[in-house]
Amino acid sequence: MEVTAVRYADVLVVAVKGRIDYMNAEEFKAALLPHLRNCAAGGDQVVLDLSRLEYVSSAGLRVLMIAAKEVRTRKGRFVAVALQPVVREIFEISRFTLVFDLFDSVQDALRALSPKAASMSHTG
Amino acid sequence: MRVRFWGTRGSLPVSLTAEDIRKKIVAALLAATGRKFGTRADAEAFVARDLPFAVSHTYGGNSSCVELDTGAGEYILCDLGTGVRPFGLDVLARKGPGTPCTFHVFMSHLHWDHIMGFPFFPHVYIPGNRIVIYGCHGGMEEAFRRQHAAPSFPVDYSRLSAKIEFVRLEPGRRVRLAGLEVTPRLQLHTGDSYGYRFEQGGKVVVYSTDSDHKTDDAASTREVVEFFRNADLVIFDAMYSMLDTVSVKEDWGHSSNVVGVELCQLARAKHLCIYHHEPVHDDARISSVLQETLRLEQITRTDHALRISSAYDGLEIVV
Repeated sequence: MEVTAVRYADVLVVAVKGRIDYMNAEEFKAALLPHLRNCAAGGDQVVLDLSRLEYVSSAGLRVLMIAAKEVRTRKGRFVAVALQPVVREIFEISRFTLVFDLFDSVQDALRALSPKAASMSHTG
Repeated sequence: MRVRFWGTRGSLPVSLTAEDIRKKIVAALLAATGRKFGTRADAEAFVARDLPFAVSHTYGGNSSCVELDTGAGEYILCDLGTGVRPFGLDVLARKGPGTPCTFHVFMSHLHWDHIMGFPFFPHVYIPGNRIVIYGCHGGMEEAFRRQHAAPSFPVDYSRLSAKIEFVRLEPGRRVRLAGLEVTPRLQLHTGDSYGYRFEQGGKVVVYSTDSDHKTDDAASTREVVEFFRNADLVIFDAMYSMLDTVSVKEDWGHSSNVVGVELCQLARAKHLCIYHHEPVHDDARISSVLQETLRLEQITRTDHALRISSAYDGLEIVV
């Protein structure tokens, strides 16, 4: 499991790779939350790029819920993008589609959240 | 061992409404459009084969009560929700009021929905019957006495004719009771609850209701997995959605179908039976939860297939 982050203007894109289950959920939490805590209050948005997330268990979903609360506490918006079919179904069955706005790609999410960030991501 | 479900509803008994029945009849008639039934058997076959469970049946509305039939003659129950009333009536119909019976009852906890059937369990009023109530909570007898006391109920506990005994068990300690090896386990629920692992002749049934099985702590998850290990049947409180358990209903003491599938997969249990249904859910919604749970098992399956069913009042599972 890997967590990486890149910033485009006021949007933080956090990419998650691998599998998250009860054995590494704490590690995932420790890797994810510091990125979110660096977000500015009242302005930053977070895009969770799940294109390389193969599986997420209930323990991983709990961490995502904690992350969503963290971002909302800072008045930010937290969206998820590019879910693999299995992860998307897990989200649907868990009702997590009610928590996250879902987009097909990072670009789609950036366009919806911040034109400035979308422009920056294009220019590299 | 045969496992019979007499009450499967969580928190509060419910019943179908007139509107619920009307909707089922309309759905059945629409499904039968263009068909002719020459005999009752034809109609029965249509109902069995062509109607969804939520149309042809109901999951029922009695609160928690499950029977473990070991064939040994004495009765074994888990919890005394309102399901114990039809259970008792069934025993009376089979054996008559004159046959003294012994009932061994394992209590998950003492919340109202798990004890409220006791005053309507006919055998408590019949001399000669023996009822042994096992549990890990202190104050078990007081909880039962209290619900019989005025102004809550017209018949005081002191007037019950059966011989009623209370036996306190120790969590984690395996004991032999009623012909079974029984291990209670502390669970996360307001005021505590206890799951039970029952073993007999190589068969294992786990009764785990009213428990919030949080999976974020790896060590406690491993403990639950060991408790469920290789079970032939896990009766599992899946009252809420996964989202509910981490948001509006966090720490309300119940689990989800998602966690049930995960724990049973990790434990290589054979059969997960989702139980303690949300009283707000109608039959269609409970069936929908079952379909989603089946799908979850399918898409997350590795080398171990898990059978999944949804408990209903009247269900019998042979393990």
